[in-house]
Amino acid sequence: MKPERANCSSRRIVFLLLFVLAALFTRPTAGSPPQNNSKEELLVLAGEMGHPGGRLVVALRAEPKTLNPLIALDAPSREVIGAMQADLVHINRATQLTEPALAKSWKISPDGLRYTLVLRSGLKFSDGYPLDADDVLFTFRVYLDEKVHAPQRDLLLFDGKPLSLRKTDSQTIVFQLPKPYGVAERMFDGWAILPKHLLEKPYEEGKIAQLGALATRPNEWAGLGPFRLKEYVAGQRLVLERNPYFWKADEKGNRLPYLNELVFLFVPSADAQVLRFQSGETDVISRLGAENFSVLSRQEGNYTMVDAGPGFEYNFLFFNLSDPTEKTPAEIVQRQKWFREAKFRQAVSAAIDREAIVRLVYQGRGAPLWGLVTPGNRRWQDEKLPHPPRSLDRARTLLKEAGFSWTSASDGEITLLDSGGKPVEFSVVTSSSNADRAKMATLIQDDLKQLGMRVAVVPLEFRSLLDRVTQTKEYDACVLGMVSPDADPNVDVNVWLSRGGTHLWNPSQAHPATPWEAEIDRLIDEQMYARTFEQRKKLYDRAQELLREYQPMIFLASPDILTGAKKSVGNFRPAVLEPYVLWNVEQLYLKNDAVNATR
Amino acid sequence: MRGRRAISGWLVVLVALHACVLFAGFFAPYDPTEQDRGRPYLPPMRLHFLDNRGHFHARPFAYALKLAEGSFDQYEEDTRRALPLKFMVRGANYRLLGLLPSRLHLFGAENERIYLLGSDAYGRDQLSRFLYGGRVSLFAGLLGAGVTVLLGLCVGAAAGYYGGWRDDLLMRLAELFLALPWLYLLFALRAFLPLAVGPLEAFFLIVAVLGAVGWARPARLVRGVVLSAKERDFVRAARGFGATDGYLLRRHILPATSSVLLTQAAILVPQFILAEMTLSFLGLGVPEPVPSWGNLLSSLQQYSVLVSYWWMYLPALIMLPFFLGYLGLGSELQERAEPYKIER
Repeated sequence: MKPERANCSSRRIVFLLLFVLAALFTRPTAGSPPQNNSKEELLVLAGEMGHPGGRLVVALRAEPKTLNPLIALDAPSREVIGAMQADLVHINRATQLTEPALAKSWKISPDGLRYTLVLRSGLKFSDGYPLDADDVLFTFRVYLDEKVHAPQRDLLLFDGKPLSLRKTDSQTIVFQLPKPYGVAERMFDGWAILPKHLLEKPYEEGKIAQLGALATRPNEWAGLGPFRLKEYVAGQRLVLERNPYFWKADEKGNRLPYLNELVFLFVPSADAQVLRFQSGETDVISRLGAENFSVLSRQEGNYTMVDAGPGFEYNFLFFNLSDPTEKTPAEIVQRQKWFREAKFRQAVSAAIDREAIVRLVYQGRGAPLWGLVTPGNRRWQDEKLPHPPRSLDRARTLLKEAGFSWTSASDGEITLLDSGGKPVEFSVVTSSSNADRAKMATLIQDDLKQLGMRVAVVPLEFRSLLDRVTQTKEYDACVLGMVSPDADPNVDVNVWLSRGGTHLWNPSQAHPATPWEAEIDRLIDEQMYARTFEQRKKLYDRAQELLREYQPMIFLASPDILTGAKKSVGNFRPAVLEPYVLWNVEQLYLKNDAVNATR
Repeated sequence: MRGRRAISGWLVVLVALHACVLFAGFFAPYDPTEQDRGRPYLPPMRLHFLDNRGHFHARPFAYALKLAEGSFDQYEEDTRRALPLKFMVRGANYRLLGLLPSRLHLFGAENERIYLLGSDAYGRDQLSRFLYGGRVSLFAGLLGAGVTVLLGLCVGAAAGYYGGWRDDLLMRLAELFLALPWLYLLFALRAFLPLAVGPLEAFFLIVAVLGAVGWARPARLVRGVVLSAKERDFVRAARGFGATDGYLLRRHILPATSSVLLTQAAILVPQFILAEMTLSFLGLGVPEPVPSWGNLLSSLQQYSVLVSYWWMYLPALIMLPFFLGYLGLGSELQERAEPYKIER
C-alpha cells in the first residue's frame, strides 16, 4: 500500500493530518523507499508573494495523448507534462537563460567534455519516494534506449555516439560527452527525470512506452513537477493537484506551488476557448489570434490582456525543390525549373509585402521576418541581416536577369513568361484550418499577380498537406509556420540540415543537393560543437545569410504572443517561449480565494 | 387568376434580382479581387444629402473614412473630404456577360473608393464581391438543385412505379448514399484531383458533387408520392382503359410529384449555397480570390468577425430576397398545380 491520498474536499488540516498518519503508519511492506533524512534544499524563487489555495482552470486545444514524457509529441501533452515533471537544469522562459533546477549546480570541464551535476538533497517524487542519482542514470538509460523510440533521443547523440553518464555518489552525476557541445548546460532542459521505482519493471518488460495513458491511476504515476495527477474525465478535463513534495519555495519559505489544483479543460476550437474565457470558466488564455485578442481587449472585463511581444513562430513560403521521381507529375517537374532558379525565388521574396501581412493578418501585432530567427529571440537574432523593403522593380529586374519576359493582354493584364514562352502559373498550398496562413497566401497571390504570376491558393486539410509536402512531394509551393521551442538555434537543426526531416523544401537528402546547402550543413554542424557563444553566433549568422541569399524559405512574419488572465491571477507574467502562461505555474496564485472556492 | 398574377410577380422579382447578378460587372463599382490594403474591415460608408453645416446637396455623397490613430480597424469620418456619388462612371475593366469588354459602371466616386457595404479583411469591396459571387453561387445552386431534382425524379419514379426488385435496388442504393460518410469521401476525392482547380472546373465540380450527394432524399419523397398516386382511382381507371406506362407517368403520376419537387428545389438552393462553403473548406470550392456567396459567408465562421464587424452579415441579409423569391415562387407553383387542395 502506498501513502493514502486524502480527498481534496476535506479541509487542509485534515488533509495534512491524514497525510502524516498515512506516511507514518502505512509504509509499504515490500520495496520500502529508503529513508532520506538529509535536509531539504529548496530552491527559493523571487517574485510576488502569493497565498496558498484555489484552483486554476486552463483550456487545452485537444486532449493530451499521453502523460509519458518518453513518447509525448503533441503540444497538449507537452503542456500537461510540463506541469508534472521537472528537469536537471531549466531554461527560465522569461530570461531565456539557464538556472538550477533538480541539479543545484553544475561544472563543465575545461575541455568541454565532462559535465558534473550535483543534485539538490532531500528531493522527493510526487508520491513521496526520494530521488537520487540512480533515478537520473535510469532516466537517461531509457531515453537512450533505441527500443523505446524516444523522439528526443537524437539530441543525446553526437556524431552518432551517445553521451555516457555515471554517478560518483548518490548526489553527483558525471556526464561524459564524445565531443564538446555548444549548447552546453541548456541541453539538460526538458529531460523529465523519471521515477525508477515505478518504471524500472515495465522498462525491463519492454512495456514502458505503453505507460502514461491519461486513465492511469494517480498512485501509479509520479513526477518531480509542481503538480501531480488527480483525476481524468475522458473528453472533458484533466485535474492535477498540488505536489506536496515540490522542491521550490517562495522568499518567505512557503513551499510552492500556491495553487491546490490545476484543471485542464479540453476545448477544441480557438473561438470556443475565447468564449469560455470571456464567461469566466477559464482563468488564463494563451495562443490567441490577433483578432480574438482585440475582441477581448476591446470589451475588457475582469481580465487583463497582455501582448508579450514577438514570439518564436516563423511563417514562410517555400517552393518544392525536391528531386523528382518517376511518379512526380510532369507539370511539377516543369515548374521546378523556375523554382530552382535562385533569382526567381529572390524576386518572389522582393515582391512580397511583409508589412501588409503584419498589418492585415496580425493587426499589427507581429513582426515582419527576413530570416529564420525571430525578433523574439533576442540573443540569436542577426542584426546585420538586411531588411530590404518591398520592391517590385527589383523583382522585375531579377526576373529579367533570369530570362523571364512579359506579355500583356488587350485588357491590360500582364503575364509572366519563362524563357520557353510558358506562362508562369503555380499553386500555393496552405492549411485550411489555419486562417492566418490562408490569409498570407491570399496576400502573396495578389503581390505576385503584379509580377504577372498566376498563383492559385489551395487550402488543404492539414494532414493531407503534410503528406504532400513530406511524402508524395506533389505540390508547387506551400505556406507553413513553425515554432522554435527554445531560444537556442539547435532546436531547429532539422530545418537547417539537408539530411533533416523538416528541411522542408527538400527533406531527408542523402547528400546535400546544392553547394550552398552543403555549406549550411557544414556551418550548422560546426556551430553545434563550437565552444563559445561568439563563435557559434558567427557561424549561425553566416548560415542565415546563406538562407537569405538563396531564399529556399521566404520568411514572412512572426506573430506576437498574445495572452490574457483574470485580474485575480497573481504572478501572471507571460513569456514568449512555450508554455507561454504556465511556465511559472508554481508561482501563480489567486488573489481572492473565496470566489474560486465556491465555484 | 390571382395565382397567375402572384406567379408573374415573383418571377419579375427573381428576374430583376438575377439581372443584377448577371450584369455584376456593370452594377458592381469595382473589381471584386482588388485589394485596398490600407482599408481592411472598413464599415459601410453612409450616404448623406445634408453636409455637416446643414447644406442640402441634390447629389448624395459620403465622407471619406480614415483609420483612427494607432488602430487597425477603427475608422472615423473625415468631414473635410466629401465623396460625391457619380453615376455612369468609367472604372475597372470587365466583360459584360463575359463577352463585351467595358469600363462603364453604374456608380462610383472620383479619386477615392466608395464602399457602400464596407470592405473585407483585405480591403476588397463587399458589394462587388456580393454581386460577382452571386454568379457562381446562384448558378451552381440552381444547376445543382436542378440536377438533384431531376435525378431524384427519375430514380424515385422508376422505383415507385415499377416496384418489386427495382424498387428494392434503387431504394437501398439511395439509403447507401444517405449513409455514406460524405466528408471523408470528399477528402479522398480531393486527393485524386489535381492540386489547383480553376474557377470554371470548380464550378462544375460543385454542381457534380451537390447533385451526387443530394439526389437520394428527393428520390425517396418522389417514390412515396408515386406509390400513392398510382393506386388512385382515376389512375387505375386509365390503366383499365389501356393507357401505357409512359402516358400514365406523364399525364397522371409525375404531375402529382411537382409540388414535392418544387418545394424541394426551393429548399435546396439555399442549402447548396451553404454546402459550397463546406466544399471551399476542403479545397473543392471556388478558389480565392474569386468571390462566391459561400466564401463571403465563411468569414462569419470566425467569432472575432461575428462580434466586431457587423457589416460582414450584410451579404447574408441581401441573400434573403433571393431565397424568399424562390420559396414564394415554389409555393405559388404548388398552389397552381393543386388548386383544389387549398380550399380546406
